[in-house]
Parts: sequence; C-alpha cells; structure tokens
Amino acid sequence: MRFLKKSYLGLIFLFLYAPILILIIFSFNASKSRGAWGGFTLDWYRQLFQDDALLTSLYNTIVIAIVASIVATLLGTIAAIGIYRMKGFRKSFMINLTYLPILNPDIVTAISFMLLLIYLKIPRGMLSLLLAHITFCLPFVIISVLPKLRQLDPQIYDAALDLGATPKRAYFSVILPQILPGIFAGFLLAFTMSIDDFVISYFTTGNGVSNLSISIYSMARRGINPKINAVLTILFVGILALMFFINRRVNTNSSKKERGNV
Amino acid sequence: MKKTGRLIGLGLALMGLLLTAGCGGGETTAEKETLMVYNWGDYIDPQVLDDFEAEFNVDVIYEEFATNEDMYVKIKAGASNYDVAIPSDYMINKMIKEDLLLPINFENVPNYDLIDAKYKDWSFDPENTYSVPYMWGTIGIIYNTTMVDEPVTSWEILWDEKYEKNMYMLNSQRDTLAVAQEILGISLNSTDEQELEQAKQLLIEQKPLVSSYVGDEVKDLMVGGNAALALVWSGDAVTMSAQNPDLEYVIPEEGSNYWVDSMVIPVTSQNPELAEQFINYMCRTDVALKNAEYIGYNTPQVEVFEQLPEELTSDENFYPTEEILNNCEVFEDLGDAQPLYDRIWTEILAS
Amino acid sequence: MKRNWMAYPYFFWMLLFTIVPLLMVLYFSFTASVNGDGRFSFANFQRVLDPLYLNVIWRSVRLAFISTVICLVLGYPVAMLLAQSQASRQFTLIVLFVIPMWMNFLARTYAWMTLLERNGLINTFLGWFGLGPYNLLHTEFAVVLGMIYNFLPFMVLPIYTVLNKMDPALTEASYDLGATPIRTFFRVTLPLSLPGVLSGISMVFMPAVTTFVIPQLLGGGQFTMIGNLIEQQFLRSNDWGFGSALSIILMLLILLSMRIMSHYDRDRGEGGGFF
Repeated sequence: MRFLKKSYLGLIFLFLYAPILILIIFSFNASKSRGAWGGFTLDWYRQLFQDDALLTSLYNTIVIAIVASIVATLLGTIAAIGIYRMKGFRKSFMINLTYLPILNPDIVTAISFMLLLIYLKIPRGMLSLLLAHITFCLPFVIISVLPKLRQLDPQIYDAALDLGATPKRAYFSVILPQILPGIFAGFLLAFTMSIDDFVISYFTTGNGVSNLSISIYSMARRGINPKINAVLTILFVGILALMFFINRRVNTNSSKKERGNV
Repeated sequence: MKKTGRLIGLGLALMGLLLTAGCGGGETTAEKETLMVYNWGDYIDPQVLDDFEAEFNVDVIYEEFATNEDMYVKIKAGASNYDVAIPSDYMINKMIKEDLLLPINFENVPNYDLIDAKYKDWSFDPENTYSVPYMWGTIGIIYNTTMVDEPVTSWEILWDEKYEKNMYMLNSQRDTLAVAQEILGISLNSTDEQELEQAKQLLIEQKPLVSSYVGDEVKDLMVGGNAALALVWSGDAVTMSAQNPDLEYVIPEEGSNYWVDSMVIPVTSQNPELAEQFINYMCRTDVALKNAEYIGYNTPQVEVFEQLPEELTSDENFYPTEEILNNCEVFEDLGDAQPLYDRIWTEILAS
Repeated sequence: MKRNWMAYPYFFWMLLFTIVPLLMVLYFSFTASVNGDGRFSFANFQRVLDPLYLNVIWRSVRLAFISTVICLVLGYPVAMLLAQSQASRQFTLIVLFVIPMWMNFLARTYAWMTLLERNGLINTFLGWFGLGPYNLLHTEFAVVLGMIYNFLPFMVLPIYTVLNKMDPALTEASYDLGATPIRTFFRVTLPLSLPGVLSGISMVFMPAVTTFVIPQLLGGGQFTMIGNLIEQQFLRSNDWGFGSALSIILMLLILLSMRIMSHYDRDRGEGGGFF
C-alpha cells in the first residue's frame, strides 16, 4: 500500500515535471528536431541573449509585475482597511465589487478593458498594460488583507488610542504589523498573477510593447523554436532560486515565531 | 486624521509617479526618432531593419500580424501609431475607402521607379497614390513527395480522405475560402450568399480531414514532415523546399489567387516623412534583393528579378507565366459583403 | 471613528476600470452595428442561439467538464497523500507541487506542443516499439490534456487545505466504531472535504471553460471554444456586438455555476451574498 501511494505521487510528479525537464534538456540540443538528439550546444542561449526583442519583453514583464503589484498592494491595503470599517449594505457591495473581477473570465475582463482603452483613447503600451495589471491585481490584495483584519481584536485600535497613540501611530505600530502577513501574501499573489498573465496583456498592449507571455505566444504560433526552450529553462531556474529564497525566509520566520510562542 | 490624509496623498503621488515613469519608459532613447513598422510574420530579412537603424540613426519598433484582418482591426481601433504597414491588395482598397491611409509623397520615394510597370496601376490603388508594391505571389498546394505518390494538379486533393488529418489549411479567411471557391468555379470576390454557403459547406465537409488551421508555423510543420499537404503562400513554399527537398509547390489547374502586398502609411503615422524614407530604402535594389532572397517571395523590381537565381525565376510554379496568372484572380475589397464573409468564416471555424 | 473613505480611491478605480468597461460590453451586446447608429437590438443574442454557436458553447462546457472530472479523480488522492505525509516533508512536497504552476502558463502549454507533435518525443518513443506515429496534437485529447496539466494544482490545493485542517481523531473514531476504510472515506473524509472539492471544481472549471489559448495552440483551431469565438470577434472580424453578446453569456455561465457551487459552500462567511 505504501509503495502504491508513493508510486502514485511519483507518477503525478512525473506528469507535472516531465514536460518541463524535456524542454530543459532540449534547450541544449544541437539539432532543431524534437525527436532526435544532435549533441550538446549552448547555441540557443547565445541566440537568446542576442534577441533584443525577447530580452525587452522579459524586462517589461518584470517591471510591470513589480510596479503593478506595489501599486495594487498600497491601494488595496488602504481599501481593505476602509472596507473593514464599513457596515451593512456598503460593505457587502464593496466585497461583491471585489469578487466580480476575480470571478469574471479573463477574456471578458480583457475585451472590456480593451473597449475602455479605445473609448478613452488611452495610448497602448506600458501605461495601458500597467493600468490593466493594477486593476486585476487589486482584488487579490484585498482578499488577502481582509481576513487578517477580521482576525484583529476590534479593541486593539481603541486601546492604542487610549494609551495615547495618535491614529497614525496606532495604524503603523499596532494594526500594520498584525496584518503584514496578509499584505505580503497579497503582494506575492498580485506579483504572480501579473507575471503569469497572458490574456489581458494580449488584448491591452500595443505600440510594440510585449511581455514574455505575448512573445512566447507569437513564437509558438510561428512554430517550435529551441530558443523558447532556452527562455523557459532560465525562467525555471529563476523560479527555483526564488522559491528556495522564500522557503528559507519562511522557515526562519516560522521557527522564530514558534520560539516566541513557547 | 490629517496625517493619514497626507499619507494617502503620498501614496497617490507615488502611484502617479510610477505610472508616468512607466509610460515614459519606452521613450528613454527619445533622442532618436522612432519608426513603427507593422508587417506580416517572417516577411523581412531582420538584417535589413538593423541596417536601416544604423544608416538613418533611428529606432525601429517592429510588430507582426498574421492576417490582413488582424492588421485592419488593430489599425482601425487606433491601437498603435504605426508608420508603415504592408497589407495586401483588397485590404489596401478597403483602407483607402475608409480613410485609413495617407497619400505618399513620391518625391521622397525616388526608388519607386525601380518597380516594374507591370506591378503598378492596380485597381485597388488606380492612381498609385497610397501604395508601393513590396512582394507578390500566389496561393497553392505544397506537398511532400514521400507521402503523396499521385501527381497534384487539382485543389480536390485536399478533399481526399486518404490524407485525413494529414493536411493544413490557412487560418486566414479569404485564402482558405478561395480554395473552395476555385473548386466550385465561383469568383473569389463573390458576394452571392448562396454561393458562399456552398463554399462554406464544402469547407465544413473538409474540416474532419484537416489537421489544423495554421499561420506561419506551417513552414516549420511541413519542413518537419508533419503532414503531406498544405495550403500555402508561394514565397513560403520557396523557403520550405529550400529546407526540405521533398517538398514541392504547385498552383492547381482550377486557378488561384494572385496577390500583391504593398507598403502603405496608415493615418496613425507620427512621422510620415521617415516612413517614406523607409519605403524608399526598402525599394533600393540591394535591400529588396536581400529581402527577396531571405523570404522567398516574388519581387516586383526589375533589377532584383534579374539578380535572382535563374532556377527560381524560371520555375513556373514560383514565377508563373502570363497564362497561369490570367487564370488567377486578384482579391477585391468586399465592401458591404465583408460581414457576410466574417460570418461564413466564423461558422466554418465554429462548426 | 469612521475610516470608510479609505476605500473610496479603490471604489473609483474599480468603477472606472471594471464597472464601466463591463457596462460597455453590455451596451455593445444590445447594439445592432459596430460603426453605425447603435440601435437597440437583440440580434446578437439571437445569433448565439444558432445551433452552430450553441454547439460551441456545448463543446466548451463538455471539454471543461471532462477536464474537471479527470482533475478531481487524479487530484483527490494526491491531496490525501499530501495531507497524510509527514509534517517535515509536507512543505517540500507542496512547494514541489506548486513550482510548475509558477512557470509561465504559455510555457506549460508550449511544452505539450513539442511533446505531442507527429515528430515529437512521444511519437519517437512509441516508434521504438513499432507503434505510431499517431496524431496527438490538434485533437480533443490534446486540448483536454492541456487543461488537466495546467489546472490540476487548482484542484489539489483547496482539497489539501481542507483535509489538512481535518481532525485525524474523526477517522480514527470511525475505525474504532468498526467502519472499513472505504466506508470511512465515503462517510467521513469525503463529506468533510466537500468545501475543498467544490472550490477545486470551480477553480478548474472556470479557467477551463473560458480558455482560448489551449484550444488555439493544442487544438490547432479545430476545436473552437467560446473564448476563441470572442477573440475572433474582437481581433479579426471586428464584430463587437456579437463578441460582447458571447462575453455576457460566458459571464452568466460562470456566475450561474458559481451560484450553484456557493449554494453548497457556506464556508465563505462574509463573502457577500451575491456570488
């Protein structure tokens, strides 16, 4: 039974990783064919680093993800506090407003945003991409921060004021540290959504600005190109490194916390 | 209270700053002029663009489209400020009618004289005011001789069940519809709903045999031996046969589409003069030769034609004779019938 | 102390960038022609009722449903195994499970293109045993496979979260009272994990039914889904009216399925009654 369980998990992991591993292996394949091995080469990587368009799209992806998730986190955290303080109909209205874009199909969000851009004559490019990304990231920040606010002791803010803290100080020294994990989770979620987005970017970009997803899409539609494998290998290694880094931080944080609790 | 207000103000200010920084990001090299070119995928020698950037000290922003219809929708929506686009005949006519193109100042395009008179005075731009021919060609069948034994002479082979899931069609409405129209013997510009319904039925019948409706990836797929037959544009066929000698191209006897892609300046252009310089540059013999050799399409330029290898220019399938061309039809703008074609094409894909 | 106004910037942002655009879609869906007069009309919705387009909707729902069921069948045991594994290894296993999800969505889909093509690795491999080559790419199979591959983690993670929170004493009690493992599973574990299952189902079904990239790249334009139709109307045919009508229908489809789901799922608490 144990063996069965292990091999089932193994098979699922194989299913998840095999395509990625094969891509990585074939990014070093000298032959352009996907069925045959033609010897080891770094040629595709060399070509990749000479491809300005592709590198620019990688740069755009990262800049957009950073800017959009920071703006969304700021705006979203402030909004979450406001929503938390609301009551009754207004509150449920705001929460529904937050869930609407999350539930809305990507493609509908994308085309509706495109119509808005056309109607308002907003120039396509970085600006339109950023506006779109901030918009679809915002709700994710709010749904990450709100639960943390709900867990707060409602008296804690008043207690801080009673003890003579200014409202600002009460927020920054008392509330903020408590909801910080939620804010961080929201930021990460927003960052991930932004970096992975294709559909919304595809419909809202223009003027030659593209992100990695759009570049891969147009390359994939052109046929299979080992250069894409090279991009993906770099991406994969980058993600592994990032995961490792976060993993270590989480581990040290949680062990600190455990010690504190004991 | 006041302080939190200030904090929000700070947040908003920061946001505004980031946004303006973001949209200014593309203009960090604002010293240089930029030229925005909108072209078909794989339809230029990339070296040519680099050379242009160096020679004229400008930045070229280069974007690609897959079909005339894609390009039209984007320009119509005013999505991007394209300076030069390279659509086909019928689409140019449509864009002229809808005031989407600027007249070209030919004083800035002296190399226009290098173009063979045969390829001027098209009905889509009768006065030669808006367009400069870039390449021309036909549509036809490319087939892999190791998988197809019989001689390929007719479009009907694309309905042969022997080749089930072993053929590609183009994901481009007028080109794929043209095949059915040729078989039915109706005009490629027919606006008769009954005739188009027939063509639709024929293509829906064919659909189970088709492996997929493709764009530029057809080259990679056919060179890799993924299918026996495909509907392709002639120049792509040149590239494919060069990479895989088993591939042969033929213009079927029913006839085909004879098309020309021309350079135009959309009204979105911010810098028409630079656009004209670019068009002139593209018509320079050395540049046009590079492009013709790289992409394999037929050149409208006399001198370039003479410099191309004879085995290519004497091949009737690639440089068809007058007789074959007379059997081909040029696409025309459909005018009010365009929505009908859109509907027919959507229905074929949806079925 | 009122701090309501802190939500206002957000409110106006969402009003401008979410509500107004959606109202525009609604407007165009009831509008007769794109360039012209903007008469009120039901024509776009009537067009959707054509059997041809109903068939596209049916195909989308069917393929998404098949993928969701397979994800559930494959994913539930994975979630259980993850929840049962030792605490020290659990985190690593979860991270391993999430990493492919962090890979670019297009990249994951592209990976299958290279594997499935006629000269791809799978066919080469089968060729060694004298099998094939098979047409794997550009089939319904490829589309469903692409969906499963991309969305499986969305099924596993919510189920895992619920199972992980479950008190192990409950199943032990069931065993003590003489229930077989199978009976325990169906009477105790499964009912208790239902909220996770339901949110897993909606998290797989939603992106699957709306996708246009997977049928485009893996289906080769042969298996048009609603997403493809919408894309085509906006990027090729320039028929905003029909595209908007399809979008509205897709939204209704999603809201309807969410409504059905949330009927069973009371876990969301303050989630706001509407959805």
